[in-house]
Amino acid sequence: MRGAAVMREIAVVAFAQTDHRRTTDELSEVEMLMPVLHGVLEQTGLKTADIDFTCSGSSDYLAGRAFSFTLALDGVGAWPPISESHVEMDGAWALYEAWTKLLTGDADTALVYSYGKSSPGSVRDVLTRQLDPYYVAPLWPDSVALAALQAQALIDAGDTDEPALAAVAARSRTDASANSHAQVRGSVPQGDYVVRPLRTGDCPPVGDGAAAVILAAGDRARELCERPAWIRGIDHRIEAHGLGVRELTDSPSTRLAAEKAGAFERPVDTAELHAPFTAQEVVLRKALRLGDDVRVNPSGGALAANPVMAAGLIRIGEAAARIHRGESDRALAHATSGPCLQQNLVAVLEGDPR
Amino acid sequence: MPEVLKAPLVLEFPFTRSLGPVQSAFLTGLRERVVLGVKTGDGRTLVPPVEYDPVTAEEIRDLVEVASTGTVTTWAWNHEPRRGQPLDAPFAWVLVRLDGADTALLHALDAPGPDAVHTGMRVRVRWAEGRTGAITDIACFEPYEGAGEDEGDEEHQPTAHTGEFEDMVTGIVAPARLDYVYSPGRAQTDYIHALSEQRTVGERCPSCRKVYVPPRGACPTCGVATAEHVEVGPRGTITTFCIVNIKAKNLDIEVPYVYAHIALDGADLALHGRIGGIPYDQVRMGLRVEAVWSEGGRYPDHYRPTGEPDADYDVYKELL
Repeated sequence: MRGAAVMREIAVVAFAQTDHRRTTDELSEVEMLMPVLHGVLEQTGLKTADIDFTCSGSSDYLAGRAFSFTLALDGVGAWPPISESHVEMDGAWALYEAWTKLLTGDADTALVYSYGKSSPGSVRDVLTRQLDPYYVAPLWPDSVALAALQAQALIDAGDTDEPALAAVAARSRTDASANSHAQVRGSVPQGDYVVRPLRTGDCPPVGDGAAAVILAAGDRARELCERPAWIRGIDHRIEAHGLGVRELTDSPSTRLAAEKAGAFERPVDTAELHAPFTAQEVVLRKALRLGDDVRVNPSGGALAANPVMAAGLIRIGEAAARIHRGESDRALAHATSGPCLQQNLVAVLEGDPR
Repeated sequence: MPEVLKAPLVLEFPFTRSLGPVQSAFLTGLRERVVLGVKTGDGRTLVPPVEYDPVTAEEIRDLVEVASTGTVTTWAWNHEPRRGQPLDAPFAWVLVRLDGADTALLHALDAPGPDAVHTGMRVRVRWAEGRTGAITDIACFEPYEGAGEDEGDEEHQPTAHTGEFEDMVTGIVAPARLDYVYSPGRAQTDYIHALSEQRTVGERCPSCRKVYVPPRGACPTCGVATAEHVEVGPRGTITTFCIVNIKAKNLDIEVPYVYAHIALDGADLALHGRIGGIPYDQVRMGLRVEAVWSEGGRYPDHYRPTGEPDADYDVYKELL
């Protein structure tokens, strides 16, 4: 959705993330989360009581802790009772829900957060549990295997090859050198095959992390942030769950979400793409028609840090932060969920003219 | 900081799932070595078959039989098979479009190595020995040269099928198991370490000054980190209780017994525990109790009366 004159102006006014790490044994989820919650409140000067709506994204399967999201609420200060919601999805979808809440006029400010603690389990195996339970999940195809099927399809179609994928990996980790929160930075060997054709370097690091964002509407946003990152459009679309039904070399859901979000109306200068595997960046660049002049994943993207359930929200946060800092005027942020880019969210963010 | 506690945690469930009419026919068919697809409104044949058209959401029920031979549409070489996957030895994951189908099925391909696999190669189903009506009735695919076989080819025309078999499969049991190494975090690690010394240590909120037992590292009212350790108890007051009349499995405790909320002296949150050393029908709100530790126990086995006079209601009414 986008653009209608009656719609409220809503912006990302603050963003914080943890330093993403392979393990955080010494921290419970709420202990990991609290610093980023406090971070966005400090950036805006808001107190818990000033937040009209709170929405989070996480999955209990990652750490194997039932109702971990209710324990995480301890970090919010949910008393007196707050208006709150949770999605069992990446935080980007929690942000979408918060955005709609602000659109209704029921709220002027929203706190959105998400976290993922993959270190206690095996995320490759955990993610098999989101697949079709009748025909697919009993075969336990792990997340790298499914991404590898997509990568091979792209290679067969002539859309990419292994050296090109290695270049995506190298560029991402080099860019991540400037990102102190990233888990994998600098020169990293492309490594051996994990599931051929994907090598270690083509796969995201497994790790723990959290992120938080504050949204605000209209003048409230201008009070809280010198240069708000206005959400000009945001939309999400999903494809069929059957892998063999989909055209894995393309992402019609991303394209449609981008169209609905207004991404193609004017060029963007920056794109933060949630492509956990190198080959997926190839698909997304094509679907989003990104030219070589667009700065893709200056943060290093999900190849540098991929806290599952937070990595999509981080893309929106990174794009917004560049606008806050005056490094971008119009940025696209993308988040994905499910195997082989099954579901995709696109947001278009803009800063006021300087 | 004491050593962070860790323990293995296995989550294991047998998911019992009922099947719709199309899934039931497909999985029963596999048991009978027949591969069924379903026709969409625009004439495409979906294998594996689903019950609703993925494009139009229309209910689809027209079943057809397709061949057990097909063509690889993409593949990925898995040199380190993981638990639960179809083959123990290295194999290729494949999407296979069976002859007569318009969509591809995910499964494993048994091949000697990645050099023996390519997109476009011809394969056929290798049936499992003991078939039950599950996707794993296909043991895997295997390379197929086509010569001498009359089962099918790429021009294969699917034939209509009723989807009816004797003794239809109407459900599957899908075991799921995930292994974790659980760590409780800083606050609860400290709490558990203290318990092993028979001390109950909570944490105080720097903002509202409440003492939480057990501590979870954050004050749920103020949303800030707690850190200051406060030893509470060992005595406390029963704030409320219930009488348990159902014997729990693997629990060697005679019913009825009392389970209670206990506000330890100095704590601002009641914890819960079993009450012993007193007949169940004499337990009451305000009863003063203390922890009883079993030999070598790492947490209180139960709480028993101290013999002090009952606490006044006003003293614990905010802790209910």
